[in-house]
Amino acid sequence: MSRGPPAPARASAARLTSTTNRPPRTRIRLGTEPRSSRARRARLDLRTALVGSTVGHMDRIADVWGPRTPHGKGTVWPARVDEYLADGLSEDEVDRWVPSACVLCSNGCGCDIAVKDGRMVGVRGRATDVVNHGRLGPKGLYGSTPWASSPDRLTRPLVREAGQLVETDWDTAMGRVVEVSRRLLAEKGPLTHGFYSTGQLFAEEYYVLGVIGKAGLGTPHMDGNTRLCTATSAAAFKESFGADGQPGSYTDVEHCDALFLYGHNMAETQTVLWMRVLDRTRSPDPPVVVCVDPRRTPVAVEAERTGGVHLAPRVGTNLALMNGLTRELFANGWVDERWVRDHTLGVEELRGIVEPYTPEVVARTCGVDADDLRRAARIFGESRDVLSTVLQGFYQSHQATASAVAVHNLHLLRGLIGRPGSGVLQMNGQPTAQNNRECGADGDLPGFRNWENPRHVGELAELWNVDPLTIPHWAPPTHAMQIFGYAEEGSIGLLWVVGTNPAVSMPESARIRRILGGDQCFVVVQDLFLTETARLADVVLPAAGWGEKTGTFTNTNRVVHLSEKAVEPPGEARSDLEIFLMYADAMDFRDRDGAPLVPWREPEEVFDAWREASRGRPVDYTGLTYARLRGPTGIPWPVTEHAPDGTDRLYHDGVFPTRTDECETYGHDLLTGAVVTEQEHRAMRPDGRAFLKGAHHTPPHEEPGPEYPMLYTTGRTVYQFHTRTKTGRSPSLRAAAPDAWVELSEVDAARLGVSEGDVVRVESPRGAIEVRARVGRVRPGTVFAPFHYGSWDLDDADPEHQHRQANELTMTVWDPVSKQPYFKTAACRVVRVRGGDGPAPAPTTAASAPVGGGVPGTSGGAPTTTRLTDTPGYPDDPAVDAAGGTGGR
Amino acid sequence: MHLATYVGLAHRSERTLAESLRVVGEGHARHPDVLFTCRTLAGFSDDHVRQLEPVARRYGERHGGDVEEPDRLHAAGLAEVRSGPVGLLRDLQDLHVLGTLVLTTWTVINQAAQGLRDHELLSIARSASGQTSRQLSWLNTRMKAAAPQALIVAP
Ligand code: SF4
Repeated sequence: MSRGPPAPARASAARLTSTTNRPPRTRIRLGTEPRSSRARRARLDLRTALVGSTVGHMDRIADVWGPRTPHGKGTVWPARVDEYLADGLSEDEVDRWVPSACVLCSNGCGCDIAVKDGRMVGVRGRATDVVNHGRLGPKGLYGSTPWASSPDRLTRPLVREAGQLVETDWDTAMGRVVEVSRRLLAEKGPLTHGFYSTGQLFAEEYYVLGVIGKAGLGTPHMDGNTRLCTATSAAAFKESFGADGQPGSYTDVEHCDALFLYGHNMAETQTVLWMRVLDRTRSPDPPVVVCVDPRRTPVAVEAERTGGVHLAPRVGTNLALMNGLTRELFANGWVDERWVRDHTLGVEELRGIVEPYTPEVVARTCGVDADDLRRAARIFGESRDVLSTVLQGFYQSHQATASAVAVHNLHLLRGLIGRPGSGVLQMNGQPTAQNNRECGADGDLPGFRNWENPRHVGELAELWNVDPLTIPHWAPPTHAMQIFGYAEEGSIGLLWVVGTNPAVSMPESARIRRILGGDQCFVVVQDLFLTETARLADVVLPAAGWGEKTGTFTNTNRVVHLSEKAVEPPGEARSDLEIFLMYADAMDFRDRDGAPLVPWREPEEVFDAWREASRGRPVDYTGLTYARLRGPTGIPWPVTEHAPDGTDRLYHDGVFPTRTDECETYGHDLLTGAVVTEQEHRAMRPDGRAFLKGAHHTPPHEEPGPEYPMLYTTGRTVYQFHTRTKTGRSPSLRAAAPDAWVELSEVDAARLGVSEGDVVRVESPRGAIEVRARVGRVRPGTVFAPFHYGSWDLDDADPEHQHRQANELTMTVWDPVSKQPYFKTAACRVVRVRGGDGPAPAPTTAASAPVGGGVPGTSGGAPTTTRLTDTPGYPDDPAVDAAGGTGGR
Repeated sequence: MHLATYVGLAHRSERTLAESLRVVGEGHARHPDVLFTCRTLAGFSDDHVRQLEPVARRYGERHGGDVEEPDRLHAAGLAEVRSGPVGLLRDLQDLHVLGTLVLTTWTVINQAAQGLRDHELLSIARSASGQTSRQLSWLNTRMKAAAPQALIVAP
């Protein structure tokens, strides 16, 4: 295998400081490459650009993406180290730096945690990490550590006594859980138990939870809030390629000629990846960007800047748009017929399905310009290498899986997959969502095994030494929305919520509060804080968080990081792993021979066990150990004997894990969710070919009408993560986006008599919010609301008196295949309530920017530092390979 | 020609299936997937009824109560739904029975169309069979998912 120069040892603070003003090594490498003189001139300009963009103290609230380091196509993304230290501390006052990676989005930026006097006091990006090349974004910088020493951390277990949550000891709290658990098992068996976990634990914790649930109890009712953030990504992979697994790599950014972002406001959701994109789009040979989003996001602006297209389809019509793009590929002969014949199945059916979606039909359905659609299709059809990324604008919207699969179809039709610059990144939302999918704490079986394949189930039964029938595989795994349905009717009598806040994040909040607060189901909540959900629980277990425990996790790009324990958790808080082990011990789960089912104690032991479970599967960790992960960078799986340094991108040979005996699913009908049977799958003889699957567009489940004339869609802001449990406790982030708002277009605002900052009431058939309005850049007819804002930080903590939670309005409805709830398709109406006392609390720096002037810019972040540094070699980076003359393609 | 009897049967059973799907969907609306999928699947049957019109014009259409071959099994459809998790299961099962009647009806028509070398009818029968199979697959999938909880733990 060709490799770049050996990665240097982890950069020390002193070294970074001393190299601050030295030219990065990439400049030298750039100059030695045999390229055309025009390109060389372009690179000379870049040097000047680099020299100008030095270093210094930065307010990263005001400057979200920091200084640019533009560089030419196919060259290594230069390193830049971002750092934040609290309380004006300097690097030499820091006691220790502890290696980890950021957990405030799915990007998983490599970083070191600064520890001073036993407290986490800041973070610094790791220049040597393949994910971020040293950079961190505002959430990572400001949000990673302050929550940990927040005075309102849970430090003791709580139990409900006479309606009140009161402090108690671990024995009492766990005793209650075990008592209920045993009683329910004795009365009605394991189907009484439900687990609703998260995208924020470590792999080891998910794996243990998976073993407890699947082999200890034997319940199919396990899912994560990953259902809300990444289920569609996983489902789409399975439908197209046979198994989960991100095909592309971040290194594709350096090589692509066109970059398509579908429902992915990357500039705010993965700021560091967006920096990587900007460093290409702001260079003299930029890729063309195409943006599909109903808001004029920074991505949309970049699309226009690079000569690309911004398509703003009406909410709920993504699939019609995708069918239109697909049809254009067929109609213009942009299909690589030979590649399609050799590597795919189903092209004729797909051709038939998309045939009616002419640009004019699509224009009418989606409210986009037919020529814009043609132009976007042409960019896709004629660019040499295309990278596509997809996120919540597709995943949480109508016909989610079919739309995400359609992105795969475009790439498959042109054979644009598996080579540098040509790939798909179906993004994740949360930092460790990938591990929940891999390790089997959600609906899936560990190691991307197929629950309908007896051999796969048998492998696990053997590994765990249990009866195969213990492992629930007689029906599809129960998805989160169904778990809450069972809890509502009381057939799930014990619901254990781990590290997530469904009272704020699930659709139709009033219903979720009723389910969690009712007597029909005993609710256990395990978290860092007394969240809106924890307030409704019967038992609350205080958990240790990031930096307070050791474990591994995998970012959306398959890169595995080891996150080491930096400090002790507060009070009696324990790691999620310890809590699960405590429960397993108390329940005394045994294997077939009477030995303990969960024999592990230390995270590393669990990791080794998980590694065995992954052996031979697409998600193969067999080459990974804690020792390997203590190197300079995270490592992308699969890591095996044949790929000891990991794998930058999948499917370079165009062979997919679709063999009937190998695949993770036999597939589904994308329109209805009906399963394809094993026999049907076998009869198609996929044998490593990818599936081209399509579906017709259907109208969304709730369309605007006379009573609710507008479309309602929810989303995110760059300064907050999830329900703000962590980011809301960072002073800089909190001040940047302190309260909820809604965005209205200028035309709608004028029609409704609403000015910037006025209080409006937004109502759907399910609930209402009263918040201030930003007259912003959303598509006319659409209302946008950020979903982060619950009630934990309001004086009146009674949610019934709160009126700002976006999910009060959303519907209980989900995608037929991925079962991901639709947060982006509801109807609503807007009424002006009263004038405001200033602008809306919406940030001005990104998609929520006002259309009018007079709104002060969002700023005021604590000082951070940013410095350019030597760009080291990154293992397996195709740009490095090219410089070494070994060729990346 | 007795094809008219089967055209009539297809017409009637598709309409019954569509109506019953809607009844079950609305009746179990607290399961949104049931509500919305039943609506979609009812749309399939509506399409088939529409596609049958030119066929009925060509071959005629004979309805139940036929003197030669009277209906013994009355597939009357579902006018109302049962309640609770087991009720949902039973309703889905009834829909499956109706769907099977539709599917076998199309199978028979398909055979006749081949014998008659009627390409139009053949293509209608083929596509309708495929769509009916999708309806049945979904019903099967949904029943499998609901069964364990309904039978073992539902209150
Ligand atoms: S991009 Fe994501 S992982 Fe990276 S620093 Fe920002 S929040 Fe953390």
